[in-house]
Amino acid sequence: MFGFHYRLERHALRFVLAVVLVAGIGGFVEIAPLFTISETVETVPDMRVYTPLEVAGRNIYIREGCYACHSQMIRTLRDDVERYGPYSLAVESKYDHPMLWGSKRTGPDLARIGAKYSDEWQVAHLVNPRDVVPESKMPAYAWLARTPLKMGDLGLHMAALRRVGVPYTDEMIANAPGDAYGQASPDSPYAAGVTKRYGDATNVRAFAGQPGHVTEMDALVAYLQILGHLTDAAHVQQAQAAQ
Amino acid sequence: MAVEERDPHSGYLTTGHEWNGIKELNTPVPRPVYVFLLLTALFAVVYWVLMPAWPVGRTYTKGLLGVDQRTAVTSLLRDAAADRAAWTKRIETADFAEIQADPALMQTVRDTGRTLFGDNCAACHGREAQGGRGFPTLTSQSWLWGGDPADIAETIRVGINSSHKDTRTSQMPAFGRDKLLDRQQIEAVIAYVRSLSQATASQGGTAPPIEAGREVFAGNCAPCHGEDAKGIGAGAPDLTDSFWLYGGDADSLYRTLMHGRQGHMPTWEGRLTLADRRILALYLTDMRRSTP
Repeated sequence: MFGFHYRLERHALRFVLAVVLVAGIGGFVEIAPLFTISETVETVPDMRVYTPLEVAGRNIYIREGCYACHSQMIRTLRDDVERYGPYSLAVESKYDHPMLWGSKRTGPDLARIGAKYSDEWQVAHLVNPRDVVPESKMPAYAWLARTPLKMGDLGLHMAALRRVGVPYTDEMIANAPGDAYGQASPDSPYAAGVTKRYGDATNVRAFAGQPGHVTEMDALVAYLQILGHLTDAAHVQQAQAAQ
Repeated sequence: MAVEERDPHSGYLTTGHEWNGIKELNTPVPRPVYVFLLLTALFAVVYWVLMPAWPVGRTYTKGLLGVDQRTAVTSLLRDAAADRAAWTKRIETADFAEIQADPALMQTVRDTGRTLFGDNCAACHGREAQGGRGFPTLTSQSWLWGGDPADIAETIRVGINSSHKDTRTSQMPAFGRDKLLDRQQIEAVIAYVRSLSQATASQGGTAPPIEAGREVFAGNCAPCHGEDAKGIGAGAPDLTDSFWLYGGDADSLYRTLMHGRQGHMPTWEGRLTLADRRILALYLTDMRRSTP
């Protein structure tokens, strides 16, 4: 009955190829349909892209390994939803390359942290978490406030993101450094271009409290303050489901 | 490959390999393994029928049980809300005074309020609502925007300097940075303001020009903080008491006058339900009553 298998497992290379083939079938059956099934990623009209400053903040979030202790995925569980808000939708991380869902929560989930606390709190907390949350075990990131943000290469980051499907325009890419500066400097002439290109709902303010002096702290706080606010789809869906 | 040979002791064939005189028996796979394989295959077939499983073009088979994580969590949340409805309804509609007069309901407010506060407010205001620099204490008698449950509930709803359309606003201008006052004027007004709250303001070698500060205060600060510096209405604090949101030492006051202060409290209308916000307002009022 297992004569074929008996012969196959006696030839290392053939056996390896057979294992890869069978595992490949499993992967194909699980993954391929996600690209064809229409409800995998919801279609929402108000989904917006990350601004250059938020892209820079996201890169810092990745660089510092924030994802190792913070998830960005509110699961379809009652306690998750009651604590963090509506469960995460796929569309909300549509422009996340790579996605930062994470699987470990040493700290709280951050999928809807945006606008939950003030900029001042975010800055104070990143400079020294113990100053505002005495029992915190998060490391301090005080140097972010002293490190000027490198903005020259943001256009290249956005061009790379466009290659994987984020709808940045040529104009957005060309103006990336100016827009990054303008978003954290509301009184500068660069600020107007940010809302023009990214919409009126964009947060334009001195995130770290020093207008005209854009640091990595500005970028990271700008990113944290937009988490969960790229689209209202999750809130709308929850409100509809509740009725 | 060695010739096949039968092990005389067990009667099984060997695999034909030999390692330093040790040979391996080629025994058949145990029956329980076959049984287990068969059971898992059967389980899979049943699962395919009952649960969402197979992709079909742009959709997929939904399964006979109609299980869906999203509807499941929605109905769980709805059940939980229905369980709580008996008392949340009263929290939402009853008068604050009426709720405060009901010991059983207030016990629920304390229990639920502690969790709500810890999850949403403690990050800034501290676990025991003690506050910190730039984040006001909620246990004192001094409330910038009113300390009645109704006032607190409204502050929680709209926030301060927030994105809400009805937000409470409080803007301390950057007198120094925007060149409204020069350095000497700032130092004078600091000396004056500090003299108001401290009976014995330290007079150093160079006596701070308190009198000059009084004039600067009358011209620049009085419109919001009042002639007597006790604050008029909401937002501009009383400068004669011992509470200092951003610190009452000369350095902190210098920063405040130089760069201004626009403290920000987020709006909670979209994040917390009406009942949640009213519970928090009652929780804080109750906490203040029980602290001397």
